[in-house]
Amino acid sequence: MRVFRWFIGLLIIGGFFFINFFVLPDIPFNYKLINVLLFCSLFILIRVVKGPSVADRIVAIDILGILIIGICAILAIALDRSYFIDIGIAWGLQSFIGAMALAKFLEGRSLDA
Amino acid sequence: MHDLSINQIIGYVIICGGILFDLFGVLGLVRLPDVYNRLQAATKSVTFGSAGILIGVFVYSGFTALGFKALFCTIFILLTSPVSAHAIAKAAHKAGIKLTDKTVIDLYQQDKSESEESK
Amino acid sequence: MKIETKSRIVVFILSLLVWILITMVFSIPSLVTGLVIALITAIFAGEMLIITERKFLLKRVWFTIEYLFKFTWELIKANFHVAYIVLHPLLPIKPGIVKVKTKLKSDSALTMLANSITLTPGTLTVDIDEKNQVLYVHWIDVKATDIEETTEDVGGRFEKLLEEIFE
Repeated sequence: MRVFRWFIGLLIIGGFFFINFFVLPDIPFNYKLINVLLFCSLFILIRVVKGPSVADRIVAIDILGILIIGICAILAIALDRSYFIDIGIAWGLQSFIGAMALAKFLEGRSLDA
Repeated sequence: MHDLSINQIIGYVIICGGILFDLFGVLGLVRLPDVYNRLQAATKSVTFGSAGILIGVFVYSGFTALGFKALFCTIFILLTSPVSAHAIAKAAHKAGIKLTDKTVIDLYQQDKSESEESK
Repeated sequence: MKIETKSRIVVFILSLLVWILITMVFSIPSLVTGLVIALITAIFAGEMLIITERKFLLKRVWFTIEYLFKFTWELIKANFHVAYIVLHPLLPIKPGIVKVKTKLKSDSALTMLANSITLTPGTLTVDIDEKNQVLYVHWIDVKATDIEETTEDVGGRFEKLLEEIFE
């Protein structure tokens, strides 16, 4: 059963890569790379929706923040604007502080201790 | 995709490797059984992948404002993401989220219950 | 010189450098803005960076470089390990939380040790017990449960280098 599900997943991911890199017409290569990262964030959203406990959702949101820094970096070279990396740095900072605050909330302590 | 210089080609190769590791980390987030294992796979691989993308951007653009910012952001990610990972792990353990059934040993739980008994 | 003043000066220089790196504009108004912001940062949050007095040694720089190379190598190994586990159809994991002893005492050394353990193959620091000098480490593929063996296996890679760098 597990091997069967693994095979289905392989089929989905392989199909996505095939469509993204060989079927889609005239999209610049950078945007195809961004498509792959957006596909990754779809998996993260699955975890956010499904996650059995609160901690799972917090982990998923933390990871989404790091992934978005990568998207910002590729956007910066795709559009040749250096301020996208600034957005990435600020996003990383916010995501870090948010993760710490959520962790303290989960632990049951107050935020200033 | 024509007339790229050599450092741009190397940059693209590093960026593609980073994206691949991002995908592995996210797959780990979906497939592994409990919070701690998910944290392991996801933190390691996604941090390494995003750091790889940023270093690729640095190689691609050379010593410009974009490149230096990317390098700065890499150091920033590598410092902060482990800290938030083990903050979440500790909080999850204190909140009483169970480990998976395959778990072999949990010395942290043992030590915590022992210190509570001695009080 | 008092240690707080020293720390404030280091923070001032660091924040000015970061400002110049981020903006990369060398006009007078931009530099003046950077100076003012660095000054404000140094006044309000400057005294937290350097807490203990320590001498500058050339040996320390050498060990830092060696540590960076070793850390990068372990990071790459860790990611191939994760990729192997995630792509395997049967998920070959054997998780557990084990204890690791440490000899380090200062806060910065412990933080760096915990961060290094988190980014190396199969391990994640869950908690630090400073009183007994024990780290609780979640290990995705438990090979030993005895405290001496786990100390050798998990912490031993970085502990010597960090001891040279921070203490």
